[in-house]
Amino acid sequence: MKRTTLDLWVGLFVVAGFAALTVLALKVGNLSTYNTSDTYQLQAYFSNIGGLKSQASIKSSGVLIGRVAQISLDSDRYEAKVTMIVDKRYQFPKDTFANILTSGLLGEQYIGLIPGGEEAFLKAGDEIKHTQSAVVLEDLISKFLYSKAEDSQ
Amino acid sequence: MIVENLRSLGHRIVNTVWRIGYASRFFMLILLYSGTSFRRFHLIIKEIFASGVMSLIIILVAGLFVGMVLGLQGYETLKRYGSESALGSLVALSLVRELGPVLAALLFASRAGSAMTAEIGLMKATEQISAMALMAINPMARLVAPRFWAGVISVPLLTALFSVMGVFGGYMVGVVLIGVDQGSFWSQMQAGVDFRYDIVNGMIKSFVFGVAVTVIALFEGYDAPPTAEGVSGATTRTVVQSSLAILFLDFILTAFMFQGE
Repeated sequence: MKRTTLDLWVGLFVVAGFAALTVLALKVGNLSTYNTSDTYQLQAYFSNIGGLKSQASIKSSGVLIGRVAQISLDSDRYEAKVTMIVDKRYQFPKDTFANILTSGLLGEQYIGLIPGGEEAFLKAGDEIKHTQSAVVLEDLISKFLYSKAEDSQ
Repeated sequence: MIVENLRSLGHRIVNTVWRIGYASRFFMLILLYSGTSFRRFHLIIKEIFASGVMSLIIILVAGLFVGMVLGLQGYETLKRYGSESALGSLVALSLVRELGPVLAALLFASRAGSAMTAEIGLMKATEQISAMALMAINPMARLVAPRFWAGVISVPLLTALFSVMGVFGGYMVGVVLIGVDQGSFWSQMQAGVDFRYDIVNGMIKSFVFGVAVTVIALFEGYDAPPTAEGVSGATTRTVVQSSLAILFLDFILTAFMFQGE
């Protein structure tokens, strides 16, 4: 069996196909931002997570530092338990705040970490104690209406 | 009169069920003789050239234009809500999840599937298949299985190329022509498209479509009445049935894969 020009064309086709897959994975998809090797897990409890989804981003000072791995309802505390995967390069103090924020007025929700002042750092598997739940638009409007009604009396 | 109509209806239903059973046995036979055809891989390479490489032009050009249209239409709609920066994620998600697999498979069915049916059907009509069987060459292993695997290998590769060309077309229209910010185009795209959830699921879709299209095309050719009319009817049925099968399977697969988080 000898090589033919046909083999060359088929080879080119297969190489181009796999190159396209690589472009899809790295340039279009988020495979390049996955960094599964050097990460650690943190937990946080929120009374209301609003529209937060798994794979949502975790930011500190606007920089992407991790992703939400899992969201479940803790049936002992009746609060949402959010498991986060954070890049190992970034260490946070024990009294760090975790807030659920919204990018833009109607954008998707993410977790913002605001570091505190304590010396000791959070270790893998630790829980972030200070959390702030998502802002629910309906609550905001009803608060506003109540205060308006009180003012007019 | 009524009895006659009932009889022809019953005949049709029985015939359809019969053909489905025959097609399933045909599919099993393809899988059974795949080992033999993998040992002679040059046969598969020859068929990849005939169905995959020769479909490249139509796939690449169609992908480019679909992406350009998506860029244009997406921009017009997103502009109303002031979120033009989401154009990249709109173009990439619709291509990777739906349009890439479905359109590439539809094009493959009409470009290569119809050719497969006509070729096999004509071979049968001119008794080449019987001649092979007489020479103790198994036509399933020599003719059908290599074409099946060529199609199954080609369709996902063509789908990936289609999606990349589409993203490039969307980029051309959105960023180069209209002037959406390049950074937000790519970063929104990367933030919106998940590798496991979107790209791998799209590839699984296109693999399933590849199996469906090639099995339908080969079966219609193998089962075609050995006349000129029979072959032409079988070619038409290939395009119609595989298009319907692609769209139906797409609905089923989408319902399983993307049922919200």
